[in-house]
Amino acid sequence: MNADPAGVLTGAHFIDGDHACCEGAIAAGCRFVAGYPITPSTEVVERIAERFPRVGGVFIQMEDEIASSIAIQGAVWAGKKAMTVTSGPGFSLMMEHVGFAAMTETPCVFVNVQRAGPSTGLPTQPAQGDMMQARWGSHGDYQAIAVCPNSPQECFDLTIKAFNLSEQYRVPVFLMMDECVGHMTERVLIPPAEEISLVPRRWFLGSPENYEPFRAGPDMVPQMVKAGDGFHIHVTGLTHDERGYPNMSVPAQEKLVQRLHDKITKHSATIADYVEDQVEGADIVVVTYGITSRTALPAIERARKEGLKVGHLRLVVVWPFPEHRIRELASRISAFVVPEMNMGQVVLEVERCSAGKVPATLVGHTGGTVHVPEDIYQGIVNSRKGR
Amino acid sequence: MARTEIKIGGFGGQGVILSGYIIGRAASIYDNKFATMIQAFGPEARGSACSAQVIVAEDPIAYPYITSPTQMVLMSQEAFSRFSPELAEGGLLITEEDLVTVRNLRPGIRHLSIPATRIAEELGKRMVLNIVMMGFYGAVAGVTSKEALRKAVEVSVPKGTEALNLSAFEKGWTFAGR
Repeated sequence: MNADPAGVLTGAHFIDGDHACCEGAIAAGCRFVAGYPITPSTEVVERIAERFPRVGGVFIQMEDEIASSIAIQGAVWAGKKAMTVTSGPGFSLMMEHVGFAAMTETPCVFVNVQRAGPSTGLPTQPAQGDMMQARWGSHGDYQAIAVCPNSPQECFDLTIKAFNLSEQYRVPVFLMMDECVGHMTERVLIPPAEEISLVPRRWFLGSPENYEPFRAGPDMVPQMVKAGDGFHIHVTGLTHDERGYPNMSVPAQEKLVQRLHDKITKHSATIADYVEDQVEGADIVVVTYGITSRTALPAIERARKEGLKVGHLRLVVVWPFPEHRIRELASRISAFVVPEMNMGQVVLEVERCSAGKVPATLVGHTGGTVHVPEDIYQGIVNSRKGR
Repeated sequence: MARTEIKIGGFGGQGVILSGYIIGRAASIYDNKFATMIQAFGPEARGSACSAQVIVAEDPIAYPYITSPTQMVLMSQEAFSRFSPELAEGGLLITEEDLVTVRNLRPGIRHLSIPATRIAEELGKRMVLNIVMMGFYGAVAGVTSKEALRKAVEVSVPKGTEALNLSAFEKGWTFAGR
């Protein structure tokens, strides 16, 4: 299925990451956004509010983030593609409903334009401190997907990807931007609608008497119907059976939570998206995501000029984590270096998957600006010491 | 790798951000180069010294912030005091002649000024001073082609003001050739 040409601003634009995210959402077919505007994500919904009336979308400025994060799920069950947009403090408030989306298998997109925290922190400045929150923020066991753009172009492209992944696997998907990418203005090429492929909602096409809302086929993802179309559906955050009715038994819990887990982990190789540069034959591999994949480049180039064999593994999809690839590399390189604009989050995953075979050096940053390449360069050089 | 780092500075309402946007748009959309613009957010963007930074390069831009600006366009005294010390050795400094008194300039800086506000007032609208500055900048900086910059002005200014802004652009450009 291709994008609706009515919503696609085909052409070359000079726009910031926030605006590009808005255009990506519209191209992806998103027609409902609920949000409580917060710096540095405000420009996303500002543009949504301006653009939506022309494409038949509905934007509601909600009373808070808690309401925003559940309003979008109501819209999804009414048949729309929907997202909400926020930053750190709002993201924290949304966590309960992230779990609701995971439990009820409601496909939706949460955009987090990360700013430095904790708490209100530095509203106008970047960080990557919410990465583990995107993975573990809601209570209970669930799997989510998170993608990290590094440019306005990718804010467009990966917003579409986020919607596609959410529809494919019926999970909440996080677009983990940061203030630098959100407020950076660059060329964004928006292709013609017919070149934008969309994953349509996985509609159930049979008759109501044969429908069980949470019965999944071999790919573990059940089919949806639209509320109001004559199907009897019950959607609950309680543990439920295939009919959607609460079932407080251990077997029901095991069956449901295992499937919610498996539908992502068993597709993790398909969902994985990373870009490698000179990783084959590398001695040191720098693992980056988001804006850090750009700030690390001058450091990597400098280290290579000095004769070090440095590979670059840039994660486009951070969750699910590409465990397999890290394990493979850990058995033949001598060190990982992980620059991130937090005090050590994704580096913990790299360490876990390295399983003690090779060290993973964090080049941390408390946020407020991006890394200076010199710090990442030093991290690369230091990773060779003490071996 | 040819990389030009440009800082535009002034006070809120002078069209500082729009100027940066016009340079970036000209380079990346009409000249087929690469451009990254970062605008100052936070309290400094709301009243006092306001700035935009633009990087223009022949190749994709990795590091998005400017580290050693080689060109500056400054439209207020505060912007001059605050930003001019960052100008790289041998850099180009363009100032608004009546709004900026240039003092204690390091040797080796190429300094040019233009009475953009007066020129804008002669055109009947003080507000277009930033576009006069852009015309002048385009003629002396050599980062974008004239056609690209002119086109970027035309499509970036509010609808209905294109003719006024294009004449402001031409005035600035011509002033450089005096």
